[in-house]
Amino acid sequence: MDRILQSLIDIVGEKAVSNHAEEIWYYARDPGVMPPHEPDYVVAPRTTEEVQRIVQLANRERIPIVPMGNGMALTGLVIPLKGGIVLDMKRMDRILEVNERGRYVIVEGGTSQGKLKSYLEDHYPHLRHSIPDAPAATTIAANVAIHGQGRLTQQYGFNSDMVTGLEVVLPTGEVCRIGSCSMGPYWFSKGPTLPDLSGLFLGWLGTTGIITKVGIRLYPRKKMRDVEIFVTDRDDLVADIVYRVTHTEMVEDITVWFQPKPLMFKDNNHITIYLTGDTDEELEFKRLMIWDALREFIDSKDGGFMSVQPLKPMLLEMPQRGIAAFADVPKGGGFEYSGPITLVDQYPMYAEKVKQLASKYNVVYAGTARIISGGHAMMFGISFAFNRADPDMIDRVRRAVHEATEFALDLGGIPWKPNIHEQKLAMERMDPNTLRLMKMIKQNLDPQGIMNPGNWEVG
Amino acid sequence: MEHAGIVHRCFRCGYCKFPGDYHDFNCPPHRVFGWDTYSCGGRMWLINAWLNQEIQPSQRFAEILFSCVACANCQEYCVYPFKDDLLAVFEETKTALVNGGLAPPAVRDYFKAIHVNGNPYKLPQEQRGRWAEGTGLEEFSGQEYLFYVGCVGSYDEIGMRMARSVGLMLKEAGYSIGYLGSRETCDGNEVKVLGETGLFSLLAEENIRKFREMGVKKVITLDPHALNVFRKEYPKLGADFQVWHFTEVLGQAVKQGRIVPSPYRVRVTYHDPCYLGRHNRIFKPPRSVLKRIPDLEVVEMRRSKEDSFCCGGGGGNFFTDILGGGEDSPNRVRIREAADTGAELLAVTCPTCAKMLTDALKAEDLQGRMEVVDLAEILRRAGVGC
Ligand SMILES: Cc1cc2nc3c(=O)[nH]c(=O)nc-3n(C[C@H](O)[C@H](O)[C@H](O)COP(=O)(O)OP(=O)(O)OC[C@H]3O[C@@H](n4cnc5c(N)ncnc54)[C@H](O)[C@@H]3O)c2cc1C
Repeated sequence: MDRILQSLIDIVGEKAVSNHAEEIWYYARDPGVMPPHEPDYVVAPRTTEEVQRIVQLANRERIPIVPMGNGMALTGLVIPLKGGIVLDMKRMDRILEVNERGRYVIVEGGTSQGKLKSYLEDHYPHLRHSIPDAPAATTIAANVAIHGQGRLTQQYGFNSDMVTGLEVVLPTGEVCRIGSCSMGPYWFSKGPTLPDLSGLFLGWLGTTGIITKVGIRLYPRKKMRDVEIFVTDRDDLVADIVYRVTHTEMVEDITVWFQPKPLMFKDNNHITIYLTGDTDEELEFKRLMIWDALREFIDSKDGGFMSVQPLKPMLLEMPQRGIAAFADVPKGGGFEYSGPITLVDQYPMYAEKVKQLASKYNVVYAGTARIISGGHAMMFGISFAFNRADPDMIDRVRRAVHEATEFALDLGGIPWKPNIHEQKLAMERMDPNTLRLMKMIKQNLDPQGIMNPGNWEVG
Repeated sequence: MEHAGIVHRCFRCGYCKFPGDYHDFNCPPHRVFGWDTYSCGGRMWLINAWLNQEIQPSQRFAEILFSCVACANCQEYCVYPFKDDLLAVFEETKTALVNGGLAPPAVRDYFKAIHVNGNPYKLPQEQRGRWAEGTGLEEFSGQEYLFYVGCVGSYDEIGMRMARSVGLMLKEAGYSIGYLGSRETCDGNEVKVLGETGLFSLLAEENIRKFREMGVKKVITLDPHALNVFRKEYPKLGADFQVWHFTEVLGQAVKQGRIVPSPYRVRVTYHDPCYLGRHNRIFKPPRSVLKRIPDLEVVEMRRSKEDSFCCGGGGGNFFTDILGGGEDSPNRVRIREAADTGAELLAVTCPTCAKMLTDALKAEDLQGRMEVVDLAEILRRAGVGC
């Protein structure tokens, strides 16, 4: 038997290593449009110690290693571009501790969003985390590793801002704790008031270490949750509407979306506003404040609240399962999106561009913006669905997404969970000193270049 | 392959792996093997790769397909419009593997035993009626209902006990029932699920012919697997009899006062068999029986009804054991979940579940805390006036 395979089996046991054709084929790809590349082994560790020993082996033997959650970033970030080991983290899914009064939870590096949601509902019904609309099987560690956003991002920032501590296996095999947990038993701060080392791992797409434990903030879970949709056909008013609504400081999440199908949604921007409260009065008061904030647009007939009742069950679901269903619009099993982070003011230009690209490349589109931190920025999702059985359509979507990212970066936006080509576009535009700093960090942390190689690779 | 056109449409998002509230992975093979390839989405992608000739059929591929327990959790929670056809895709792929000589040895043995002996236990046909010995129940001779027992109820010790207990309860409730005994033939549900379409047709056509000749108009099944195939597949082959699971009948019986249970102070949790619950939407009747027993407390497991976790015996795994044993085996996971409720009795309504969960009770050393008991036996213990 191959020596590396034997060493991996010695670490995790036979059932947790595969080099069978089936796993090699499957773990060579994600559901997006990036071309596949085969790993040599797929390994599913159960403990930090196992991860550490695998990384030590990889480091010794100079084998690339790619941590994977559920592979749902869609931008090829878990495709082992240079072969080696894919680490399927999903067996490390224990919820280790909830500090109720400190409002944080510590979970293992493969814990899914769905599992944490369900656990909190069972045991801490007055607490919640910022769940993204990604499928429930996606993992918390991966989400912060890519600076994801969730239901509470409008109120509290990127999900990575909510991290309260990390345990990371460094590319050289040391296990390292980040934040207050590096000095004592508590996981309440990822950085402040120490030097904030979490930045060495968050946003690095698994290229600087493997997160084996992550602490994240929990927030009050109100007894009631409701939703309103404000509709306007004027792209140019969206930023102003969002500005007025966020000024109230009364809302949970805000997403703005537009799509051509079904026809009732065509040509309109839908500003979905989520409200929470502990009593009917609280909800009603918030609703009134929002209506008041938007009265001017209603009076001028530039917008209005649409009847939302039939959509409520879908909109109030967390995660919103219907979003994944977009992949089947062209009866096809796939969608891809570019999700640059940019200023809300730029909404009209982005909205225009999405439609332009859809028509240029003849693909189905959906546009969604999620508001971040009270309007400081937005993630603008430019999504195109494709039919997996149609290589030409896949190629058109690939080119459309690439052009969307180029457009966004030219307007001063920054890419979110960029694929390798988008990373290059970003690095081309980056200040050379910033780039040198990134290179320095990467070289020092990962001298052998084994961690998710090909990504954030500074030339 | 009839459903080849939908295979590429799976996005592998993974909703199919979970119950409705995402409590834990609810796909038994995924739970056991851990790889995404062993989940519904993984299978869909691999089947697509196989159809596109990107991978060759192999033993591993066969294991991935045949480890599916057909529990239908994926069909319950897939977000796509083709969700109802997922198990059909797996079945058609298994058929192709069977036809190509690539079924795992345990599956081949299963088919052979049924083909040669008429049952997977390789036991003589004459022994099929042994479960009824000493019960006073009669063989079928034109009674209103045929009580169809199936292979597990006929040959497995725990299954036989359950067949006796249910048969007697039906009789006590005043139903006119007869069983087939040595004239009974395997219903073929698992044969079909495992992809042997030819053998399935033989079994089904034989049963349909026999039932017709004997004048069977109404059937009560012991086994939800038999219920499933009789209700959903046999009509396509010309069957015209009506069929109920015994829990539906007992549910009616307590409702109509044909059975009046006495008080029984005990804490019970109920395990929904996949072929009764998710496949045939029979969630209420067994619970209504339990709720009619005065003083009996029903506590639900964390995963129940649509979210129930399979005992691991479905899809032929009861016989082929591709999932294997060990701490993560579905029956052991499930029995721990049942014990967590603090129940003294775990009520079962399927002979396969009864056996799987009884084995798990022993493996987990929980005999002192809990008993696995069929629904009719619980009624008997309560004491019923009819
Ligand atoms: C329908 C749909 C809706 C979505 N909605 C949202 C949304 O609302 N908000 C949002 O933020 N995202 C969303 N996404 C994008 C994405 O699915 C999520 O961000 C998700 O959290 C990714 O998790 P994953 O486990 O699938 O990550 P993966 O794709 O497996 O990994 C992502 C990156 O993290 C790295 N990584 C994985 N695990 C570790 C680890 N333990 N340590 C270090 N690095 C690691 C990987 O190497 C990779 O670079 C959506 C996607 C889809 C398909």
